[in-house]
Amino acid sequence: MNVFGAAALALLVTVALALVRAARGPTVFDRLQAANTVGTCAMLLLAVLGFLGGRPEFLDLALVYGLLNVIGVIAVLKFFRNGDLGDPGHAKEKER
Amino acid sequence: MIDVLSAACLLAGAFFCLVGGIGLIRMPDFYTRMHAASVTETLGAGLVLLGLMLEAGPTLISVKLAMVGLLLFFASPTASHALARAALLRGVKPELADEENPSSKP
Amino acid sequence: MQGGLRLYPLMNRLRLLSAFVALYVFWLLLSGFFTPFLMAAGAGSVVAVLWLSHRMDVIDHEGHPIHLSLRAFLSYWPWLAVEIVKSAWDVTRRVLHPALPISPTLVRFRPRQTSPLGLVIHANSITLTPGTIAIEVAAEEFLVHALSREGAAGLAGSEMDHRCEALEK
Repeated sequence: MNVFGAAALALLVTVALALVRAARGPTVFDRLQAANTVGTCAMLLLAVLGFLGGRPEFLDLALVYGLLNVIGVIAVLKFFRNGDLGDPGHAKEKER
Repeated sequence: MIDVLSAACLLAGAFFCLVGGIGLIRMPDFYTRMHAASVTETLGAGLVLLGLMLEAGPTLISVKLAMVGLLLFFASPTASHALARAALLRGVKPELADEENPSSKP
Repeated sequence: MQGGLRLYPLMNRLRLLSAFVALYVFWLLLSGFFTPFLMAAGAGSVVAVLWLSHRMDVIDHEGHPIHLSLRAFLSYWPWLAVEIVKSAWDVTRRVLHPALPISPTLVRFRPRQTSPLGLVIHANSITLTPGTIAIEVAAEEFLVHALSREGAAGLAGSEMDHRCEALEK
C-alpha cells in the first residue's frame, strides 16, 4: 500500500470517528462540529484521492468543498439561532 | 529525498487528523471537543497539504493546494468562533476544571 | 453618479485596481488555460465581481487591506505557524494521554489592539492555535476558552497580543 492509500485510510477513519460523534451528540453544536470535521476531512480526502488516482483535477472539487463547508456551518448556525427548525424566526410577529 | 519528506508529511498529517477524530470521541464536553477538532483543521490539514505540495513540485497543482490551505486557515477559525459563540449564547455550559487541584502535566 | 470618480478617493481606486489584479491572478491560476477566449472570459468575470462588490461596498480598508504592510505579515505568519505546531503537539499529547489531563478554563482579558482588523487578526490567531478558542470578541474584552490552565495563563499580554498590535501600524 502506498503512502496516499495510508493517508486516505486514516482520513476515512477520522470521518468515521466524527460520524460517531455526530450520531451521539448530545447538543446540536457537537453535531455541527462533527460535520465541520467531516467536511475538512472530505476536502483533504479529495485532494489525496486526486493524487492516488493520478488526477489532480480533484483539487478544484476540494476548493469548492472547503468553501461550502465554512458557509454551510455558518448558515446552519444562523438557522438555529431562532430556535428549532419549526421556528419561523419572526418572534415579534408570533406574539401578536 | 523529496519523496521521503513528502511521505513523512503525509503520514504525520494523517496521524494528526486521526488525533482530532479520537479527541472528538474522548473529550468530555463540547468546548474541549472543539480543541481536538482544531488539531485536525490546522496541523493535520497543513501537513497533508504540505506533503501533497512536495509531491506535486512547483506546478499549478501546488498553487491550488496552497489556495486550499489558505482558505482553510482563513475561514475555519471564523466558523469555529461562530460555533463556540452560538453554543455559549444558547446556554451550553463549559465544564471547567476545579480551582484547587493543580492541572496534571501530560 | 456624475463626478463620482472625482470624489472617489485615491486609496479606494488603488484598492479597486489591486482587487482586480488579485482576482485576475486567482482566475488564471485556477483555470490553468491561457487561450484568448478563456482569458477574456476571466477578465469579464473579474469586472462583474468588482462591480458587485463595489455595489455591496465591501472594497474598503477591511475587505481589502492593502495598507497593511506585506513585510509584517511575512514575519507574522511563520511565527504563527510555529505557535500552531507547538500548541497542536500539546493538545495531541493531552488527547492521547490515558488520563486525559485537561483543565478547561475560561479567561477574560483586554486585548491591546484598537482597530477592528487588529482585533480580528488576534482573535482568529487565538482560534487557529489548537487549545484556545476565542468565544467573544470585543475591543474591551476577549472571552477565551482554553483546554488547559497553562494555555489560559499565557493569553493576556501574550507575544501574540504584542505582535498583532505591531501589525496594525
